[in-house]
Amino acid sequence: MSGTILVSIYVFVLAMFTGFEVITKVPPTLHTPLMSGSNAISGISIVGALVIAGLGEGILFSIIGTVAVIAATINVIGGFLVTDRMLRMFRRDGEAN
Amino acid sequence: MGTIELTIQLAYLLSAVLFILGLKRLSSPATARAGNRLAAFAMLIAIAATLLDESILSYEWIIAGVIIGALIGTVMARLVKMTEMPQMVAVFNGFGGLASGLVAAAEFLRFQLGTAPTPSLDAAVAVMAGTLIGAVTFSGSLVAFGKLQGIVTERPVTYPMQQVVNGLIFLAIVAAMVLLVVAPDSGAGSGVPLDLVYYGLWVGALLLGVLLVIPIGGADMPVVVSLLNSYSGLAAAAAGFALNNNVLIISGALVGASGLILTRIMCKAMNRSLANVIFGAFGQAPKAGTESGEKRTKADVNSVQAEDVAMLLAYATRVVIVPGYGLAVAQAQHKLRELADQLEARGVEVRYAIHPVAGRMPGHMNVLLAEANVPYTQLYEIEDVNPDIQSVDACLVVGANDTVNPAARDDPDSPIAGMPIVEVDRAKHCVVLKRSLSPGFAGIDNELFYARNSMMYFGDAADSIVKILEEVKQL
Repeated sequence: MSGTILVSIYVFVLAMFTGFEVITKVPPTLHTPLMSGSNAISGISIVGALVIAGLGEGILFSIIGTVAVIAATINVIGGFLVTDRMLRMFRRDGEAN
Repeated sequence: MGTIELTIQLAYLLSAVLFILGLKRLSSPATARAGNRLAAFAMLIAIAATLLDESILSYEWIIAGVIIGALIGTVMARLVKMTEMPQMVAVFNGFGGLASGLVAAAEFLRFQLGTAPTPSLDAAVAVMAGTLIGAVTFSGSLVAFGKLQGIVTERPVTYPMQQVVNGLIFLAIVAAMVLLVVAPDSGAGSGVPLDLVYYGLWVGALLLGVLLVIPIGGADMPVVVSLLNSYSGLAAAAAGFALNNNVLIISGALVGASGLILTRIMCKAMNRSLANVIFGAFGQAPKAGTESGEKRTKADVNSVQAEDVAMLLAYATRVVIVPGYGLAVAQAQHKLRELADQLEARGVEVRYAIHPVAGRMPGHMNVLLAEANVPYTQLYEIEDVNPDIQSVDACLVVGANDTVNPAARDDPDSPIAGMPIVEVDRAKHCVVLKRSLSPGFAGIDNELFYARNSMMYFGDAADSIVKILEEVKQL
């Protein structure tokens, strides 16, 4: 096992714990926005997709990369927008909408 | 490390930090919107930094992909109805999984074609894991979408030897993965075209995603959507391991953790294990005839009219409304809120008791009520309502059934035994708005309907609420 992968595993495990700590505090009333918002974050694979689409190593990679970019962008843009749309509706008692 | 590479890595670190801070702000409705924007900003930073990458030689495909994706995403996010939110999230999960799987696929093909150095064992394992999780997330999410949208039957689809078949497919997938990881080094399987094995892995993984979700019933969808949410994060993390990219690993882990927490909460809310949800095929077509043998009819219940319900609610001091998925199906949330407003204007204290699985995904009912302008300060969890529910004058149950079934508390042999319920039967009075006495998703009778302090008001939920509202206004 190389040192690089060991560091990656450290990062992964610590990020999982951070995730558990932060997300346990989200109240049930916000669970749907939490899900759509975290869903948008999982569109982070757009970072890998962009590089592949721009490699210029032939049409195969351009196509795979572009499909991945489209899928990830739908995930990211759609996810953040719909989360914002939902959160806009939450109001306290007596607040005007 | 060159200056550009350093800039990219620091930008990734910044965006990972902002993702965490954004999620942290989701802990209160007051700051949640800012938190979501912060996360979106973090994503923008990550994307902008990536575009600096020196291995990107052309931008045409990137621009085309981003524009197409942004258009589709924007239209979907604007047009979706709040009732359709679960299938929307399912589709987005699926796209996230697909993107991660394709990133892994491109890595594999680069090794194959020799445009990238032979991968280390770790990287090869990560590529296979990313492929498997990404593909399962994609096809599983599409089936979940189909079920929620009503394209695929909501009932569990089962066939003989289901677990055995799934198990064999899984073994075949593992065998293909092992071959793909060890073959390039050891020369084992030389003569077997590895790219064909890899494509076979995709087919197997896509099939597995479908087969894992079809036996799960509609009422269990909150668990499935949560679990797929977690998978989409884990797929991104696996892609991060393959690319040795920390922002992918961190973000993937955050989403993976979030999905796991929600999955656990949903399972607890139904008092079922995750294994039982996935393999139990809960909610098959209801069995004919109840065990007690006697078929009870509407004559056995205290059937009332709008007028009676209006009197009871209007002269109550404390009212608890228990909404279920039937409320959303009848699109009666707005009318319900009007009724609650009327009651409050008369000095009645109105609270809503929200069961965690009241909708089709975690927190779904809260969003539907927020859309109808119900303030979130009126929404209560069941453990906040149950302790003093005996002092509540009237519970109004709208479109809920299994989540208020006292059998969960009283009958250890019931299929829903131990599931937390809103104990409406302990309130002074309970009114149930329902079309008929038919059982809920669990397929069992509800003793609540026949209880002495229960009243049944039969009819479509929206119509019934409008009639009650008119009666209340006349009082």
